[in-house]
Amino acid sequence: MGTATAPAPAPATRKPATMAQALRQAMRDALAEDRDVHVMGEDVGTLGGVFRVTDGLAAEFGPERVTDTPLAEAGILGTAVGMAMYGLRPVVEMQFDAFAYPAMEQLISHVSRMRNRTRGALPMPITIRVPYGGGIGGVEHHSDSSEAYYLHTPGLHVVTPATVADAYGLLRAAIASDDPVVFLEPKRLYWGKADWSADAPETVPPLGRAVVRRAGTSATLITYGPSVPVCLEAAEAARQEGWDLEVVDLRSLMPFDDETVCASVRRTGRAIVVHESAGFCGTGAEIAARVSERCFHHLEAPVLRVAGFDIPYPPPMLERHHLPGVDRVLDAVARLQWEGN
Amino acid sequence: MARSSLASGTGKRARSAERPSSGQGRPAAARPDGTRPGHTPPPDWRPRVDPGPLLPDREPYRLLGTPAVADLDPQLLRELYGQLVRGRRYNRQATALTQQGRLAVYPSTTGQEACEVAAALALRPQDWLFPSYRDTLAVVARGVDPAEALTLLRGDWHSGYDPRATKVAPLSTPLATQLPHAVGLAHAARLRGDDTVALALVGDGGTSEGDFHEALNFAAVWKAPVVFLVQNNGFAISVPLDKQTAAPSLAHKAVGYGMPGRLVDGNDAPAVHQVLCEAVEHARAGGGPTLVEALTYRVDAHTNADDATRYRDDAEVEPWRAHDPVALLERELRERGLIDDAGIRAVEAAAEEMAARLREEMNAEPVLDPMELFDHVYAEKTSQLREQAAQLRAELDAEEE
Repeated sequence: MGTATAPAPAPATRKPATMAQALRQAMRDALAEDRDVHVMGEDVGTLGGVFRVTDGLAAEFGPERVTDTPLAEAGILGTAVGMAMYGLRPVVEMQFDAFAYPAMEQLISHVSRMRNRTRGALPMPITIRVPYGGGIGGVEHHSDSSEAYYLHTPGLHVVTPATVADAYGLLRAAIASDDPVVFLEPKRLYWGKADWSADAPETVPPLGRAVVRRAGTSATLITYGPSVPVCLEAAEAARQEGWDLEVVDLRSLMPFDDETVCASVRRTGRAIVVHESAGFCGTGAEIAARVSERCFHHLEAPVLRVAGFDIPYPPPMLERHHLPGVDRVLDAVARLQWEGN
Repeated sequence: MARSSLASGTGKRARSAERPSSGQGRPAAARPDGTRPGHTPPPDWRPRVDPGPLLPDREPYRLLGTPAVADLDPQLLRELYGQLVRGRRYNRQATALTQQGRLAVYPSTTGQEACEVAAALALRPQDWLFPSYRDTLAVVARGVDPAEALTLLRGDWHSGYDPRATKVAPLSTPLATQLPHAVGLAHAARLRGDDTVALALVGDGGTSEGDFHEALNFAAVWKAPVVFLVQNNGFAISVPLDKQTAAPSLAHKAVGYGMPGRLVDGNDAPAVHQVLCEAVEHARAGGGPTLVEALTYRVDAHTNADDATRYRDDAEVEPWRAHDPVALLERELRERGLIDDAGIRAVEAAAEEMAARLREEMNAEPVLDPMELFDHVYAEKTSQLREQAAQLRAELDAEEE
């Protein structure tokens, strides 16, 4: 059930690191170990990316391994398909969530289907890194949560880290995967720090394994990416109300870890799915349906969803009203049909 | 030449920007070219590339019926002819199989056989072909088994051949989306130091797609060893070229990307073959990409499901029937004594043999395993797909009971 109990490396090697640094280290190690790995995208070379996640990689590995491409997302992903056909392992950066949409045709019509179409002859070992989500004060088109679009496309893996250690481990696993992985990086967690060791990073299990971030008995908060810290904070606040909440970090949305999620809900009997993206036809809808189908006789209350509203992502001065926060999570917990209510 | 014309353009712009004095001091005396001191051009501007050599020929390049054809290897001409006759027969057979319900649909290349065949023959074994859904003939001419090339259109599996083994990418249905793949593959080959070239096929309609633009741009910036062959067959289903583009020619589009454009008679098989060979070897030698526009005509309707009489008269088709790629090459071979009646009969017999084999293969029912639907979605089935596979297995077992 995840790495909650993974042994900590020697304390001497651990020091504060950001998620951005861990992601960079993951690419650096992958580039060093495998000459077929290529990093490509807009501004990823000389500048090091607009979030500096690829800072220094072009200087270390040269412009043929870490490439500033023309500004055209469909072209970036389309050429990555051809590179993968020839046996390379492209790691593509889409500069922002909403800038990835021009690449959707390549993603849906080719990246996700090439293995299937060719009966396994042409796998697509492509990692598509997408900085996503709000809460950074971004102007229009810089704060979308686009995971549901990707999740509705068979053939793709969709992964999102919430911790520094997972950022490294999941990105290494994504690059090593022979399947295409949409790797969603929560922008507002880029600069959050945790003690971490670049020399001896924690082992992370294969893609598709959720982890219990906080054990609890009253109800399960099922969440991922940027909403994980929100749920952990809500769980702390809920203690004062007498609730002991469990928090499950999905890490990988596809493959989906039914086992870990359902085991938790069967223990607690109550569940809330929390995410930033719009609720209608969103990830939470699928998870609520799966949990209801599989855990019906263990449930004390309907599975609830706490999500962004069904509105275009708001301008930055209004985004705090849109994003699910601690209070909205706690309000939902209060509605879980507690005895005496 | 290019520099002087560009320089005069700059002068023109400066003159048009001139305005009557607003009264804040007297304008300085003009230079001989009409510009005044203090009004400077953009700093450090110079033309990035001379567009002159990139421009396509004024007329479509031809070989048949010209003196230059005498320099061509007779063996090559005979090989092209054999492939054209075989290709024409293949088109007829595939269309017939569609009418018999053996294929779900067949987009014919009747009239375009010279482009299809020349594209395949211009490549060396290490090169890759990137076909669109209309290009099964090019795939067959490259050496893929016709039955394997037709699985997409028969409907038993999306791609019927191994792209790595055949060096033929899967037939691409979304228009122009295969072009960036060709660029990426060619780029990857160059990065690995291989002398591989990619040749990508697209139609006139496909040149309107964004992926056409992005692919040509990436190819030129990366100097990727790739050749783009546009078969301008006159129609995108029903829409003629003048509703598709306002460019002088499709070959002219190359100039905007900084690569050479070539315009060729697409029904002159030796001409298409020569232009493509030159472009392929230019790419192999590190010279970068080329855009080739081949002028041809889709003699048949878009597919068997299309009715061409709704958008064109037979009078329009007639001149193209007279400019037929098979007849043009046959005339050349006969006039020069390179083939006789017996030779032609032998070529036609070989084509009949291919057609008979194709009929036999396509008339056999394909053996399909529905459980394979779950086998190639991911490297390993997810737990969700394992559950769904079990569901289908149970449904199949129930059917058998």
